[in-house]
Amino acid sequence: MIEINQLSKKYKNADFFSVRNLDLKVEESEIYGLLGPNGAGKTTLISMLTSLLKPTSGTFTINGLNFRENKNELKKLIGIVPQEYALYPTLTAFENLQYFGSMYGIKGEILKKSIAEHLEIMGLSKFANKKTSTFSGGMKRRVNLIAGILHNPKVVFLDEPTVGVDVQSKNAIIDHLKLLNSQGTTIVYTSHHLNEAEFFCTHVAIIDNGEIILKGIPSELIKNQENATSLEEVFLAKTGKALRDYA
Amino acid sequence: MHKLWASTYKEFLLLVRDLGGIAILFIMPLLLLIVITLVQDSTFRTISDVKIPVLLVDNDKGEISKNIIENLSNSNSFEILQESSEVEAKEAVFAGKYQLAIIIPENLSASLQKKVDQNVEGILSKFGLEENSSSIAKKVIPQQEVRLYFDPATQTSFKSSVKNGIDKMISKIETESIYKAFQNELGEEDSEPIFDTENFIAFKEIFPTKNNVEILPNSAQHNVPAWTLFAIFFIIVPLSINMVKEKNQGTFVRLRTQPINYATVLGGKTIVYLGVCIIQFTLMLLVGMYLFPAIGLPGIDVSGKLPMLYTVALFSGLAAVGLGLMLGTIAKTQEQAAPFGSTLVVILAALGGVWVPVFVMPKLMQFVSMISPMNWGLEAFYDVFLRNVGFVKILPEISLLLLFFLLMLLISIIYNRRKNAV
Repeated sequence: MIEINQLSKKYKNADFFSVRNLDLKVEESEIYGLLGPNGAGKTTLISMLTSLLKPTSGTFTINGLNFRENKNELKKLIGIVPQEYALYPTLTAFENLQYFGSMYGIKGEILKKSIAEHLEIMGLSKFANKKTSTFSGGMKRRVNLIAGILHNPKVVFLDEPTVGVDVQSKNAIIDHLKLLNSQGTTIVYTSHHLNEAEFFCTHVAIIDNGEIILKGIPSELIKNQENATSLEEVFLAKTGKALRDYA
Repeated sequence: MHKLWASTYKEFLLLVRDLGGIAILFIMPLLLLIVITLVQDSTFRTISDVKIPVLLVDNDKGEISKNIIENLSNSNSFEILQESSEVEAKEAVFAGKYQLAIIIPENLSASLQKKVDQNVEGILSKFGLEENSSSIAKKVIPQQEVRLYFDPATQTSFKSSVKNGIDKMISKIETESIYKAFQNELGEEDSEPIFDTENFIAFKEIFPTKNNVEILPNSAQHNVPAWTLFAIFFIIVPLSINMVKEKNQGTFVRLRTQPINYATVLGGKTIVYLGVCIIQFTLMLLVGMYLFPAIGLPGIDVSGKLPMLYTVALFSGLAAVGLGLMLGTIAKTQEQAAPFGSTLVVILAALGGVWVPVFVMPKLMQFVSMISPMNWGLEAFYDVFLRNVGFVKILPEISLLLLFFLLMLLISIIYNRRKNAV
């Protein structure tokens, strides 16, 4: 489904590569977690895969389509749930979703039905006509998620979709993603919640300093790491305990 | 098309949900138009209701000073306040308490009379009309000067107009004195003037006509197009802020991941903000047509001109929106967009001739003015409002406005593509 070959990104005036010669293969219907400390290169990688950033070198394909040659086709295949609430605060949840859905070419009753279904699943039906500026962080996250999946994409990229939300909202988001995955959607997501990733992801890759330092099935990674009983312990063993502050 | 419609609807919703913003968009330009027209109205009136207080120090106390005071009072432009000391008058004017002080020198009447008599006698002696021409010895009579003190804050245009007026008045008094001296020398009685002192050559301003009726310019006809255009171009501020907000909210990031081209995003904004410009224009026309006469200002006559006026407004709006789209595309923060946008509008207005007519600008600025879209818009509005021209005459100006919009749009799209190229 996704094939990444020697992908690199070095920002202008930066001293180092944010992503360096990265190779990765994600198969269809996998839930692939990209884990790493702050500044590891996770968001940069997702930004390149979703057409937001131009790679310095390397290439990737999604569903066999090259990102340079089939940009518009690729955009139809993917959905993105960014880390920030990418919503218009003065528009209602329904209006936000109607607009972003329209940008994928969905229209009329099909769009309205799709919005209603997703809002229902996410427990937001009764807030459909409220402005999103009045929503709690958890509610905004859920609307943010719906905006990225309304067009039933083949691959969904999520950048820390559960950050800063309560347990109930997190649960609703994860459940909805599992439902999507069960319907054949491939999911690539980044997170700092390693417990969540351990149980949610079919595969994970630990990235540090722009490179993949470990990848595989979570249970196998735990098994192969000496004295590790959780993915968090594997993560700390591989990335160390030093603070990763950067500016 | 569906995406363009969705973008337009979204922009419409964003705009109508910001009621404060809408009020500012529509009310402030109207307020600006009313205030400016009220302030400038006296400039366009033949007889002003406002009299400027002027200090006058009469050191002459003769026939000439009496004549000057009478002329000034009869002009209806000045309120003459007599002052005894030149020093005090000068201090009051330089302190900004009065705009002008006129100092009439001592013995002005006597000196002028002597000078005129001397000249007249000299001329007559040449013709042998003087009884004893050899006895006339030419004495040197020193030149007299009427001193003017202006408040340093007074504008040059006002100074020039006052100086010209006084100069003309003094020339007339001198001429009358000369004629009077001739009459005396010829032994004629004062009661029956033999010279006509009225100007022989007069001038008459011919105004454009429509259906044999003269189209007289007034402050409203000058102000409505100029300040409407100013307000239309101010659309670049809210438009660019709207675009910067999208970048900061993250919604623009989401749009970049969607299968939609930037031109469609800009198209939605263009339609809505162009609509705002047209509504602004309509409101300003209504104010000019109905409110101005109700508050004692001259109204504007739009009969038979509406289609052309709306055409100019539409293309001016397009140029303004194009500029706003470019600014919104390039600016990264609201702090960049708002001050830059508003200052740019003021600069374009100055270059366009909104405040100072282009023909009085230095040559370089006249050239720069030719590339200001506000100048094209203003000229097109004046063509329709004041010069009463046909559609063909405004075609070059509206074509330039359209080209400007297309150029701005192109720059925005190219900049966005280069900046966000993947």
